[in-house]
Amino acid sequence: MEPSIIDFIYKRKQLLVEKWLEEVESVTQDSAITRIPEDIYSETNREFIDVIVNTLHVSPEEAKERLRSFVERLIHIGWPLSYFTRGLQAFRRVILEEMKENTQAEQAFSTFGEVENWIDGIVNQLVDEYTGSWENTLNLQKLALKELSAPLIPVFSHISVMPLIGTIDTERAKLIMENLLEGIIEHRSQVVLIDITGVPVVDTMVAHHIIQAAEAVRLVGAECILVGIRPEIAQTIVNLGIDLGKFPTKSTLRKGIESGLEVTNKKIVEIE
Amino acid sequence: MSSQSCVEVHTEWGIVSARQAGRNKAKEIGFGNVDQARITTAISELARNIYLYAEKGEICIGEVSEMGGAGVKKGLQITAKDVGPGIDNIREVMADGFTTSGGLGAGLPGVKRLMDHFDIESTSGEGTTITAIKWLR
Ligand SMILES: Nc1ncnc2c1ncn2[C@@H]1O[C@H](COP(=O)(O)OP(=O)(O)OP(=O)(O)O)[C@@H](O)[C@H]1O
Ligand SMILES: [Mg+2]
Repeated sequence: MEPSIIDFIYKRKQLLVEKWLEEVESVTQDSAITRIPEDIYSETNREFIDVIVNTLHVSPEEAKERLRSFVERLIHIGWPLSYFTRGLQAFRRVILEEMKENTQAEQAFSTFGEVENWIDGIVNQLVDEYTGSWENTLNLQKLALKELSAPLIPVFSHISVMPLIGTIDTERAKLIMENLLEGIIEHRSQVVLIDITGVPVVDTMVAHHIIQAAEAVRLVGAECILVGIRPEIAQTIVNLGIDLGKFPTKSTLRKGIESGLEVTNKKIVEIE
Repeated sequence: MSSQSCVEVHTEWGIVSARQAGRNKAKEIGFGNVDQARITTAISELARNIYLYAEKGEICIGEVSEMGGAGVKKGLQITAKDVGPGIDNIREVMADGFTTSGGLGAGLPGVKRLMDHFDIESTSGEGTTITAIKWLR
């Protein structure tokens, strides 16, 4: 950027800070910012201005690095992106106002362009930092979800339960099948209970996957019992015309376990 | 129609949000548990068909009403619209067990049974629009 512009901004830093704080005040009234304590808020405002104004007189790499470490910290505590983007819009408005009053017309045009580019660069970097962090979080959550997704739990010897909770998409359906078959071998299960109490919608795709899973279970020499079919789900399955006739089902997990015990020649007895 | 909200479907997440929108609307209109499940399941079928066969499209959900003998009756209308490959033989796809994707082939005939009114319009190469209504009893 033109040294004279840098000089211009730098000389008026104090004034810009004041005006900017006024602007940003009104802009952030409605956002999530209102939950942040007052002192931390104004502290951060000042720091933010320092960071952006300081980008003017260090090397571009250095400027990038400083902005990054500042933003990283704020992302970490959950500071909203809109604070930065709106704040920078306000900042730009303040600078341009100030310049309009103090620059000649022919000069103003190119100056405005330079300021725009400068601010745009900062906005772009901010958005990149934020999306990078969101993608990261998303990937971690996907992984966590996958781990929680379809556990096969051995409850008695030769009897295991797979509780399914939440929406079943293609990826999860694959996981269910894998975990089911691997788990059966690992725990030497003879009976597996698939509990669908926590599955919100059982459509043809979900039903199809369950039927296929049960077939596969049969092929590895075990038996599958479907439990936890809520009354409204039972009715929609019938409406869809899906035939679960060949399929052992029980209304509750408890009844499923009872029949699993029967199949494996076990009994629970009360001791006096 | 008084109010209608649309959800774009081009990923599996779109299917989930269309379902969610349908469930909310069904609750708002006053449908019971079983009909809520029927409506969400029907939306799930139509949205998944869009995702599988047309790649993208939209599901719109709205409240409808009609004057009947016993006064005004309220209902929920689902419109599933896409500009995908369309369906050549409608009678064929409405038969139980017909599938081109190795599925159960229960989706479309199922939706017809889950809902009270079912209408399908499709032109090969131009797309498909399916409208279904469930009346509140
Ligand atoms: N929106 C659409 N555009 C084009 N073709 C469609 C569309 N919807 C359905 N079809 C065709 O109709 C056939 C039957 O659909 P239907 O939903 O009844 O069964 P399916 O999707 O094959 O299996 P599922 O039982 O899992 O739903 C599909 O296999 C597909 O060829
Ligand atoms: Mg289908």
